[in-house]
Amino acid sequence: MDINLGNIWHARDFILEGLQYSLSLTGFAMLIGITAGTVLAIARLSSNRMVSSAAATYVNLFRSIPLVLVIFWFYILLPLITGIQMGADKSAYITFAIFEAAYYCEIIRAGIQSIPKGQINAGLAMGFTPAQNMRYVILPQAFRNILPLLLTQTIVLFQDTSLVYVVGATDLLGAADKVAHRDNTLVDMYLGVAIIYFTISFSLSKAVKQLHGKIAIIR
Amino acid sequence: MSTYQWDWGIILQQVPESEEFYYQWLISGLGWTIATALSAWVIALLLGSLIGVLRTLPSRPLSFIGTAYVELFRNIPLIVQLFIWFFVVPELVPTVVGDWMKRDMPLPEFTTAVFGLGLFTAARVAEQVRTGILTLPRGQKNAGLALGLTLGQTYRHVLLPMAFRIVIPPLTSEFMNIFKNSAVALVIGLTELTFQMKQITGDYAPSNPIEVMTLVSLLYLSVALSVNRIMAFIEKKSRVPGYISGGK
Repeated sequence: MDINLGNIWHARDFILEGLQYSLSLTGFAMLIGITAGTVLAIARLSSNRMVSSAAATYVNLFRSIPLVLVIFWFYILLPLITGIQMGADKSAYITFAIFEAAYYCEIIRAGIQSIPKGQINAGLAMGFTPAQNMRYVILPQAFRNILPLLLTQTIVLFQDTSLVYVVGATDLLGAADKVAHRDNTLVDMYLGVAIIYFTISFSLSKAVKQLHGKIAIIR
Repeated sequence: MSTYQWDWGIILQQVPESEEFYYQWLISGLGWTIATALSAWVIALLLGSLIGVLRTLPSRPLSFIGTAYVELFRNIPLIVQLFIWFFVVPELVPTVVGDWMKRDMPLPEFTTAVFGLGLFTAARVAEQVRTGILTLPRGQKNAGLALGLTLGQTYRHVLLPMAFRIVIPPLTSEFMNIFKNSAVALVIGLTELTFQMKQITGDYAPSNPIEVMTLVSLLYLSVALSVNRIMAFIEKKSRVPGYISGGK
């Protein structure tokens, strides 16, 4: 069996379109995931039992079931709730944003909890309200500490977007898979896709490592 | 949503034109999920420990092999890895082996899923084991060597017994992940729990997906909870008195 990775090059327009979708799905889920994750993390640390247990339930629920199953859930549930047939490509945006929020939440919560108590007391003593304290004292330090973890989670997220394959969305893997079955070039396409995922994830994780060395706060 | 016809009895109904019932499909799916996850975990734990140890060895070539393995298996999505094991590898190996993999290998989907998932998870386990070993004070290794133990004996009797106890909490989440990740194997046709759910909601009872999906989600939740409890028990039993999380 000969390997001819040139087959990937012949289908480059379609493959690139798929890659573009994977990247935009990753970017969207990261933005919404981190925003919602921050809200969830603050809620989990709230002294209000109702609020904190509601947030904890959300997080534990999504962290206990497989992402593949969550993708099916939303793929079926979203049209039923909204009454709009939105298709796999669009419903994946909502699925990943909601799902990833649970994972980002845990990272952000750890970040907030790693801030020394003295910082919080100092902020309050200076007359900040708890909300201002969170905004100006705690979160900026927490985010600086956890930035590498958030980015590493985003690399995991980028790889996980390949699972939209199960509902037939045309991401990088989906595009390659469609070409592979059309031209009967399974070997070339799957190997090519593996190389593309590896190159992107590996260089990003190297970059995150570099960044980690640069921004780490020396204590 | 208002037009949705709820019918929780769907689970107990008989599959059209067959002797079986839907709940039997789900139970069989759950069985495959557990079998796949446990078998893959054996591979992941053995190979992962080996590679984690390799990465901490003073030998440059050996630690490079360990690092290369981890980077390779961590930076390619699991679903792509499974496709490669299932569709690509049989074409690339010598024809005799390839033909055997395609025709005679027992339970091809299950075997591929176990190895694919096991090798994938091994990279993650390796990272945890390596971190565990590196967390130990350097004096432990030196003390072992000073006592006249060989490097191998130092690992076996001094470093690893401590390291494994330290990494039980992160290994717990990897153990839980392997159950969740086994769902990805539906793409190569393994008839695990999510595959059965997809089959029922897709072709057989498309009008009642919510009931089936709720039940399947509850099954995954109870698996996660059981694994969590079992690992908490092991953690408690293997706790080192007076050491790190010994008091927690």
